[in-house]
Amino acid sequence: MEVLDLARWQFGITTVYHFLMVPLTIGLSLLVAVMQTAWVRTGDRKYLAMTKFWGKLLLINFAMGVVTGIVQEFQFGMTWSAYSRFVGDVFGAPLAMEGLVAFFVESTFLGLWIFGWDRLPKKVHLACVWAFSLATIASAYFILAANSWMQHPVGVEMVDGRPRLTSIWAVLGNNTVLAAFPHTVFGAFAVAGTFLVGIAAWHLWRRGDDGPVWRASVKLGTWVGVAAFTGLAITGDFQGKLMFEQQPMKMAAAEALCHTESPASFSVFAVGDVSRPDCENVKSVTVPALLSFLAHNDFTTEVKGIQDLLPLYQEKYGTNYPVDPKLGELSGKPIDYVPNLPVTYWGFRLMIGFGAIAAGAGLLVLWLTRAGRVPRGRWFAWLALGSVATPFLGNSFGWIFTEMGRQPFVVVPNPSGVDGVWMFTARAVSSSTPGEVLTSLIALTLVYGVLACVEVFLIRRYVRAGVAGVLPARGPDDDAGKRDDVLSFAY
Amino acid sequence: METFWFCVIALLWLGYLFLEGFDFGVGMLLPVLGRSEAERRVLINTIGPVWDGNEVWLLVAVGATFAAFPAWYAALLSSVYLPLTLFLLALIGRGVAFEYRGKVDSARWRRVWDAVIVAGSWTAALSVGLLISATVFGMPLDALGDRVGSPFAAIRVETLLGAVAVAGYAFVHGAVFLSLKTEGGVRDRARALALKVAPFALLPLLVLLLTVQLRSGSTWTWGASIVVALAALGAYGRLVLRREGQAFALMGVVVAGAVAALFGALYPDVLPSTVDPAWSLTVANAASSPYTLTVMTWVAAFGTPAVLVYQGWTYWVFRKRVGTRHIPAVSVPPASGPSASGPSGQTR
Ligand code: HDD
Ligand code: HEM
Ligand code: HEM
Repeated sequence: MEVLDLARWQFGITTVYHFLMVPLTIGLSLLVAVMQTAWVRTGDRKYLAMTKFWGKLLLINFAMGVVTGIVQEFQFGMTWSAYSRFVGDVFGAPLAMEGLVAFFVESTFLGLWIFGWDRLPKKVHLACVWAFSLATIASAYFILAANSWMQHPVGVEMVDGRPRLTSIWAVLGNNTVLAAFPHTVFGAFAVAGTFLVGIAAWHLWRRGDDGPVWRASVKLGTWVGVAAFTGLAITGDFQGKLMFEQQPMKMAAAEALCHTESPASFSVFAVGDVSRPDCENVKSVTVPALLSFLAHNDFTTEVKGIQDLLPLYQEKYGTNYPVDPKLGELSGKPIDYVPNLPVTYWGFRLMIGFGAIAAGAGLLVLWLTRAGRVPRGRWFAWLALGSVATPFLGNSFGWIFTEMGRQPFVVVPNPSGVDGVWMFTARAVSSSTPGEVLTSLIALTLVYGVLACVEVFLIRRYVRAGVAGVLPARGPDDDAGKRDDVLSFAY
Repeated sequence: METFWFCVIALLWLGYLFLEGFDFGVGMLLPVLGRSEAERRVLINTIGPVWDGNEVWLLVAVGATFAAFPAWYAALLSSVYLPLTLFLLALIGRGVAFEYRGKVDSARWRRVWDAVIVAGSWTAALSVGLLISATVFGMPLDALGDRVGSPFAAIRVETLLGAVAVAGYAFVHGAVFLSLKTEGGVRDRARALALKVAPFALLPLLVLLLTVQLRSGSTWTWGASIVVALAALGAYGRLVLRREGQAFALMGVVVAGAVAALFGALYPDVLPSTVDPAWSLTVANAASSPYTLTVMTWVAAFGTPAVLVYQGWTYWVFRKRVGTRHIPAVSVPPASGPSASGPSGQTR
């Protein structure tokens, strides 16, 4: 295998894996902050139980988010060194800001929160979880600004063949990140909301103690989840419009739209082989003119198809890769401007579909548990737990679609962009040997696999134990006999 | 401006080595000083609230290198690929081990995670040493900044010396830290151990500095190296007198002097090419544009003081010594949840 393929597999596996923890950390940390706020304000032990229970799951998940994130920070240099050199003037800044502004706050205040339960005054302790939570959101902003720049390079000029930063505000205020950030954060809340609903509904079904805790969790989770899904649809619509302007090929690939249509219809699903850029043998169920609306807010706009875009790309960026040994087996070969169609087409649909399932399941659970009812059937437990997975899948497919939809570019040229600011993925890779990348790919994948099992095992155990697993029968407040020199929440 | 950022990056490495240095040391000492389960928990809890914050110094050092010297970031990380992979695996293991160790009440479970902490701490400390000495002594780079030569080009006598130097420092630093942060038996044994091993464990660091000085030292880096030696002696003396706080501070001076000497000898290169000096990466040819550096300077000017304040506050909040009497009983969920009274046949 070539270094390029290995590096892409490694980046894909490690980021998708990182992004399984990320949305849960972002979403759950804020909800835990809200729960703790409720406890501090009302003194109701139910809220303390919620804070402790969901907080514990948050911590188990957070540890994995941290260690998988560290890998990402190094990976641009390790496997994408040519990319790092090319974009360093622009791309490193948001990454460094993320560390300095967000990660320091995140890690320090989380430590204070975990170990500070009875060292800090209640309000200060509460402020720590808020600081932590807001920092996770800030970190999302910076990293998404970096990512958005790759989709829509702004704020630069070309000097000596490399993009040079001319305005950091343009990079941080890129319209692409302004759309991607709320979309991603809503995605995180969809995850956290469904997580609450699923697990709490399962506990209701088991009919253990602590019913009020689980009821409150179902309610909070459902409303958060439904609001998040609404937010996702609205912000996704914004992103669609930007994608239409900025990355017409990705738009066409998302719809497997081979020929220009005006007005263009939105494909709900397709039968047949979508992998062919000429769309022979594909039958698709469509909603007339909806794609025009997604692209440009009216029902008539023309959306260009793959066949009509290809010549434009070939004219602008060449028909063949240059002859260069660094390009390996791609050297001198024709450039394939069409992203992997099955992945982009189905990725887009699965993103939306899984999100919709999650929102639907949430509402269904809320309705089924109305006025103290709980269905007895085993199917209800399956519904509850099964729905937890869906927004995770939606997020993963969203990223896979976004990232693979920009191939063969790593920095995507935009029709209205700065001349020369683009880069082929094949050009971006390090000159490491395949053996090196294969070694790290295998090692990381194995370690990630083992850790996934450990995390699921731990989360399962804490979920099953419920409130009793995190709160002794008497809470710290009403526990008069407690020695105050014993550390709480210690490792 | 480039020189300023070179100094900032050296400072970030200093912060990292000083802070994570002791928590690597605590990890290495886990089986040595933690004779019982309660004692091992004392050790881990001394760094519990802070190790993640310490690790962020590394992330920011690396991120700042990317922002300020992209060519340095790209060349160093891609050329020292395999040792870095090992480093990342070690950090992954350590990170989850601290968090997961106490989550299941089983001696076997804890033994496994203890082993991960120990192996991870040693590996990570050795790899950081290797990484830093690789940048100081240089890598076989071509004109583009890509490595020529084998994937093991980073593994040489002088870089191995660097690896051992950092690990040795971390070991002693960890022991001094524990003598400052714990009480009772652990404290006494930590102090005794520090006194016993320091002369050997700090030797590689001094040899490393001497090697660097003989190659490319200047007067002031000689000065820094001498400060290192004096501070090490001073730390030893203070520890003999049971002034653990002062000893710990002097260990900080040791690492500060060492970082100053190493980066001072490196300047104005950031990553020399061992093939042809003309291909070396320098503060001038590896740097970002003045505009980017200005932006980063503003960010650092506001960010860094804030970080120092709230991290300092954390250490203040958790300033008390930790002893076995502070360690609560293990309270984790039992293997099978509480006896739920739900629908029948609940054995999922
Ligand atoms: C939308 C959000 C988002 C995205 C796209 C990414 N991350 Fe992430 N990252 C987070 C959101 C986040 C977070 C929520 O802030 C995390 C997750 C869990 C956590 O511990 O913090 C985190 C942790 C985390 C850490 C550990 C921080 C610590 O020690 O506290 C690092 C170094 C990175 N990430 C780096 C990256 C890089 C280089 C990415 C690009 C490929 C990346 N992350 C994608
Ligand atoms: C956490 C969410 C993310 C996920 C799940 C994700 C997913 C992916 C996937 C699946 C690939 C492989 C694409 C392919 O090989 O066709 C990829 C590539 C890549 N992504 Fe992302 N990505 C994420 C965030 C980011 C961010 C935030 C950045 C930049 C800051 C980024 C930069 C890159 C780069 C440089 C590549 C390598 C080049 C390439 O193969 O396209 N990604 N990502
Ligand atoms: C009606 C619903 C939705 C629409 C119209 C929509 C639209 C979009 C579009 C157009 C993009 C690509 C942006 C680009 O590449 O330029 C995108 C990306 C993404 N979507 Fe969605 N989406 C919807 C629902 C969801 C749901 C339910 C989830 C998750 C649960 C989700 C998660 C993501 C993620 C993680 C990305 C990649 C990150 C980003 O670019 O923001 N989306 N979405």
